Amino acid sequence: MATLAEPQAASTDDAFREEVRAFIEKNFPPELKGKGNALASVEGPTQEGPAEKAWREAMGARGWGVPTWPKEYGGGGLTRKQAHILNEEMAKAGAYNPIGGMGVMMFGPTLLEYGSEEQKREHIPPIARGEIRWCQGYSEPNAGSDLANLQTFAEDKGDHYLVNGQKTWTSGGQWADKCFAIVRTDRSDKHNGISFMLIDMKDPGVEVRPIQMISGMSPFCETFFTDVKVPKKNLVGKEGQGWTIGKRLLQHERTNLSGGGSMARLMGNALSDIAKKYLETDENGELADKVMRDRIADFEIRWQSFLLTAKRAVEESKAAGGVSEISSVLKKLGTKLGQERAELLIEIQGLQGLGWEGEGFSDSELSGVRAWLFGKATTIYGGSTEIQNNIIAKRVLGMLDHQ
Amino acid sequence: MAILNEEQEMLRDMARNWTTSESPVAAWRKVRSEKPVEGYSPDAWKTMAEMGWAGIVIPEPFGGSEFGWLSAGLVVEELGKTLTASPLVATTLAASAIVLGGSDEQKGKWLPKLASGERVGTLAFDEGPRHDGRYSAKVEGGKLTGTKAFVHEAHGATLFVVAAADGLYLVEKGDGVSLSDRKLTDQRSHAEVTFNGAAAEKLTGGGDTLLDDVLDRARILTAAEMLGMAQQVFDVTLDYLKQRVQFNQVLASFQALQHRMADLFGDLAMMRSAVEGGLEALDSGFGIARAATVAKAEANRVLHTMSREGIQLHGGIGMTDEYDVGFYLKRARVLEASWGSTSYLRNRFATLAGY
Repeated sequence: MATLAEPQAASTDDAFREEVRAFIEKNFPPELKGKGNALASVEGPTQEGPAEKAWREAMGARGWGVPTWPKEYGGGGLTRKQAHILNEEMAKAGAYNPIGGMGVMMFGPTLLEYGSEEQKREHIPPIARGEIRWCQGYSEPNAGSDLANLQTFAEDKGDHYLVNGQKTWTSGGQWADKCFAIVRTDRSDKHNGISFMLIDMKDPGVEVRPIQMISGMSPFCETFFTDVKVPKKNLVGKEGQGWTIGKRLLQHERTNLSGGGSMARLMGNALSDIAKKYLETDENGELADKVMRDRIADFEIRWQSFLLTAKRAVEESKAAGGVSEISSVLKKLGTKLGQERAELLIEIQGLQGLGWEGEGFSDSELSGVRAWLFGKATTIYGGSTEIQNNIIAKRVLGMLDHQ
Repeated sequence: MAILNEEQEMLRDMARNWTTSESPVAAWRKVRSEKPVEGYSPDAWKTMAEMGWAGIVIPEPFGGSEFGWLSAGLVVEELGKTLTASPLVATTLAASAIVLGGSDEQKGKWLPKLASGERVGTLAFDEGPRHDGRYSAKVEGGKLTGTKAFVHEAHGATLFVVAAADGLYLVEKGDGVSLSDRKLTDQRSHAEVTFNGAAAEKLTGGGDTLLDDVLDRARILTAAEMLGMAQQVFDVTLDYLKQRVQFNQVLASFQALQHRMADLFGDLAMMRSAVEGGLEALDSGFGIARAATVAKAEANRVLHTMSREGIQLHGGIGMTDEYDVGFYLKRARVLEASWGSTSYLRNRFATLAGY
């Protein structure tokens, strides 16, 4: 049986690969070669030229920006193997995936699991086409690490909820069209009194104020809700089920925040290559400062094993058919290593690596400082390192609470 | 855990069942007190050989199963968990040197005997207390002269793969080969081996990189043993924290300890990835030098921390000989210093990467 089936499967894969190549050849504008997907981050709006727009629309129409999502909701309906082939061929052609953002990384997978048929038909296709930006309404001033302590209240008014309260750290809130939020529908029960609902950011009563961060950037916002009407159809799951749904979404978030792949791209060149530009080398072409060389090697060895761990988590979760329990470990390790790298980079560059503005600094030096400062947020947001430690200890290792 | 095929799962389960039921740490205690000459139980080694473990990386025509390095690593990891004393790692490494560098005649002569467990082999490389890649042993007219320090499993070995200034040689135990004990803190078999005009046969294949290729295998397989040890220290420490009551609470309920265990769990995940990455590199044949360096460096770093924390988190009882956790600390440091200390490996990593 196997010997008969294999050649057929292989030829199907080959045919698909040909299809992908032809699609890229026809639709990917060569001038975009090597560019990245601006939509994938929560940075400000980026100008979408005609070439970017054409590429996004071509991929969106095909559903290949979210290759494994079901076809009936605008996804690609591909198998994992096919999605892998798609990735390979895009990488070969220097093409990026133009579809991304929180809708793709966090909200989409969660809605596919918990949403009603109607909700999926309404919300998933615009995400798959890259037309809609979503933001996350989770944290509040008094509900950070103690997330379930949230106070934003949704009062049942029959055909709609009336929402009042304040969210904070709303990443990309000033540019978002819609918000997936957890809000309180019952004050008497901390966890079971939470519901998951979808709020239109353009509705009356929604006000967004960007927060300036130590990095000088404002990717996070405060969001205020004053008598915002949310139709009942925007409740995901049952009333009171929000904590369960919200936690599932956080698993997707953690996996993405640690993400070996995206982090590797973010980190760009190997630290050692940068070090060779800033530090003296000896007659062998080795860094003359042996202490610094040792520290860079120490970092890069651990970085290698982190990348291997991220790869392993993907393989294991595929084999197990679900989000890996290791997602908390990846978030904790990936963010720590990212911070370590930024600190080492600053140290390698000396004062030249601490420029804030003006002449005398390269773009990469200036952006390195911002990235170093912004990076301090990574071990705080998406569940702080301390919260990840709690999750690992209690859920994975079975260490108990006080009796 | 890497995704295993059916064959590998069976092999691992077999190894795990055997170590758990036939070779728990109590078996090591017995070896330690009875002090067999070889430094391990000959009966246990016979059983391991019968199960085919000595031939896992040896090609089928020479009596092995050729299951590959990931498979060998799975078995070694299980042996590491229970500190089973055996020459499996040493023999596998000696065999790999012959697989890589031996002539057809040498392979035909030695590999079947190593695969069956009839012969025990080991690597005799370092000449001082540190692994530094410098070898002064010399061969003239087929006779080897030189002294090798701290040779693993030397007492049971009858075939030595020796690093000389100009390459690797096979030397049989016999005339011109003498041993003196160099008992280390792990109380396993280590000896200084002196070759005084011993008959030596060169491994002429394998090219210029043969010596490094063998060492990379030593680093990776040793790291697999260290992985088993680290996993075991973690598991027994976690069990202990869940049982031990202080201030009317089990220790596992204290956040300070929970977070330390979470840190160790993360480190263990990194170590496992690095070690499995090394084994997979050997099986695929790509990027071996770098993967071996990463595997052993991570094994050194994580097992060092794990074995130290294992004692601390057990409290006073961890300091007693009656508890097993101290054995892991002692064995850990010996393996950490073997085939490259952490600083040696960082230096090698940087050199390989061209900085």
